[in-house]
Amino acid sequence: MIDPAYRKKMVVVEGSYAVAHSAKVCRPNVISAYPITPQTHIVEHLSQFMADGEIPNCEYVNVEAEFSAISTLIGASAVGARTYSATTSQGLLLMHEALFNTSGMRLPVVMTVANRAVSAPINIWNDHQDAIAQRDTGWMQLYVEDVQEACDTLPQLYKIAEDNEIMVPGMVCMDGFILSHVYEPVVLLEQDLTDDFLPPFQPKDILDPEDPKTFGAFASPDTYEEFRYLHEQAMQKALPKIEAVAKEFEEVYGRYHGGLIDGYMLDDAEIIIMAMGSILGTIKDVVDKYRAKGEKIGVLKVRSFRPFPKEQICKAVKNAHAVVVLDKNISIGTNEGALFTETKSCLYNSKVRVPVIGYTVGHGGRDIPVESIAKVIEETKKVAKSGITVESQFLDLKEELL
Amino acid sequence: MSKTAPKTYITSGHSGCAGCCDAFAAKFTLMGAGPNTIVINPTGCLEVMSTPFPYSSWQVPWIHSLFENAGAVASGVEAALKALGKKDDIKVVSIGGDGSTMDIGLGALSGAFERGHDFTYVCMDNEAYMNTGVQRSSGTPFDASTTTTPAGKVSFGNPRPKKNMPAIMAAHGSPYVATTSIGFPRDMIRKVKKATEIVGPTYIHAQAPCPTGWGFDTSKTLEIAKLAVETCLWPMYEMENGEITQVRKVKNPRPVEEYLRTQKRFKHLFTMKGGEEEIKKIQAIADWNIEHFGLQ
Ligand SMILES: Cc1ncc(C[n+]2csc(CCOP(=O)(O)OP(=O)(O)O)c2C)c(N)n1
Ligand code: SF4
Repeated sequence: MIDPAYRKKMVVVEGSYAVAHSAKVCRPNVISAYPITPQTHIVEHLSQFMADGEIPNCEYVNVEAEFSAISTLIGASAVGARTYSATTSQGLLLMHEALFNTSGMRLPVVMTVANRAVSAPINIWNDHQDAIAQRDTGWMQLYVEDVQEACDTLPQLYKIAEDNEIMVPGMVCMDGFILSHVYEPVVLLEQDLTDDFLPPFQPKDILDPEDPKTFGAFASPDTYEEFRYLHEQAMQKALPKIEAVAKEFEEVYGRYHGGLIDGYMLDDAEIIIMAMGSILGTIKDVVDKYRAKGEKIGVLKVRSFRPFPKEQICKAVKNAHAVVVLDKNISIGTNEGALFTETKSCLYNSKVRVPVIGYTVGHGGRDIPVESIAKVIEETKKVAKSGITVESQFLDLKEELL
Repeated sequence: MSKTAPKTYITSGHSGCAGCCDAFAAKFTLMGAGPNTIVINPTGCLEVMSTPFPYSSWQVPWIHSLFENAGAVASGVEAALKALGKKDDIKVVSIGGDGSTMDIGLGALSGAFERGHDFTYVCMDNEAYMNTGVQRSSGTPFDASTTTTPAGKVSFGNPRPKKNMPAIMAAHGSPYVATTSIGFPRDMIRKVKKATEIVGPTYIHAQAPCPTGWGFDTSKTLEIAKLAVETCLWPMYEMENGEITQVRKVKNPRPVEEYLRTQKRFKHLFTMKGGEEEIKKIQAIADWNIEHFGLQ
């Protein structure tokens, strides 16, 4: 039951509009982006805000390609500007080299990724392959469940990224179309609350003729490794910061979407379904039905994929009888999705002993109906009883097309 | 710092080869641009030799990002300065090699010029990829031997003429495009200064002979640069809003052979059968320059 006072604040808008609005109230100084479905509406809305003079002290750089979008933000962030971009799929892949460069220079650029499948074959619909392919670029990756969370995570991520102890760029990963193009009731972020929550960007090191500094130097084997170590340390510092900022956000705005992870019916769950993104909504509906029948099924939402919350995951699944991970991506050559691989990996050296199976699902926007989720739960129940027979598989393959 | 720094704003002690053209180019660029400058440097010899962490030769703020994105990084630096209200005092200058400028970074550079960012791009054209060991670029001249266009039994080296980069940049509607040479420091400093004072995207294309890549004695860098101008293989001119407005005249052009003989990259032209014919073709390029730019 939604509080009537809160309900009054809600508006029904397109996901992309809500995200663009969030980016706006974060007061970026430089925005640079290149259109690609399904991110396009975000940049169009931002362009309109610019045209209407609604983003003060901001330059919008309409670049010739995504590679330049991210490169522009590298330059801008190094000068001390708060920067924003949005992209997806091929655009994100085109940024790949510069993503390493952004994080290596420890520039806290923030970006929305409207997740989409990658070519070939060309496909514009949602899965997570594009962002998962960037998992080792040293960016934080927070996956969101609904439009409100996509909006609310932007100021949170700026606050985490711009912490002088962290200084690591980050992406808010939202499911393309499913969230970017849906009209949902949301509360648009208030400017005054956001100004209170998110202080201006004040980096220690910037490009400034008054105090010249060298960015992006050449490092030999004598010095390179320490850069990697410090980058990893920064990611480790981001783990508690993500939790703390989510709670701070709740205090200011009254909404909480989880920190590193979030649970649904998790505490006493015997069977746990793990996933990232909008599929969690469907999963929760199915779990409700099981709970109504008295079956102890729970949901583990992974919000932060980078940094990866190993400890929190171990703790969350330790009493389960079996766990199933649904991944909207595949690391070809392993027959596994990335979340599945990493979940197993973090459990191996822990004291937690629980069978884990994986399904790679929903590629290229394939629908994941409630019946399929139920099927997955039934399989996992079997695993809890008699052990694993198939470790990881595709869900809902059409045999007739093979 | 900005008031008392030495005039070059790039210190010695870098790891460039003796007689390094890129070091000259950077030095003259900064002498023209002055201390209130942010430098964007793509990957290449200059970047590698000047910033062996934890050292840096740069006495101005400097950023290197990647090989192919200097134009875009410069766009971001300029846009951020504008947004933060700092643009009026600070100049934005990118210094890149021929490879990063004319090949892999052309798209980003073209985008930056088309959008009209207020910055100056200096191409230090040493006519090949020196940092990776002298491979051909689209700035490599006709018949030069490089490691990817070596002279051989059936090849005279690079089969294509240089890309006309200044014309490409002028075609973007740039208010100021100029060619210069590190062999003429005062000319280069003056042109860089002029370019950085003009509002809008401006471009300086400086020939920069590389002793290592071209094969000549390390004491001869500036001499050979001058010879390129005197043989009319390197015309020096200024273009304002697409029109040529100034040309450096060459009273008595010397035969191209004099220039070619100084460098190992052209050595095969003097030993291979048919080399003479090739030298004639190179002379024709110089003759065309004389005619086209009105060098005499
Ligand atoms: C994407 C990418 N491809 C290739 C390289 C390797 N690389 C580094 S510098 C360079 C050549 C630089 O040539 P140029 O721009 O002419 O500068 P120079 O070193 O000659 O001054 C190459 C090929 C790279 N760093 N990045
Ligand atoms: S190879 Fe040429 S450009 Fe590179 S450092 Fe040596 S002299 Fe300079």
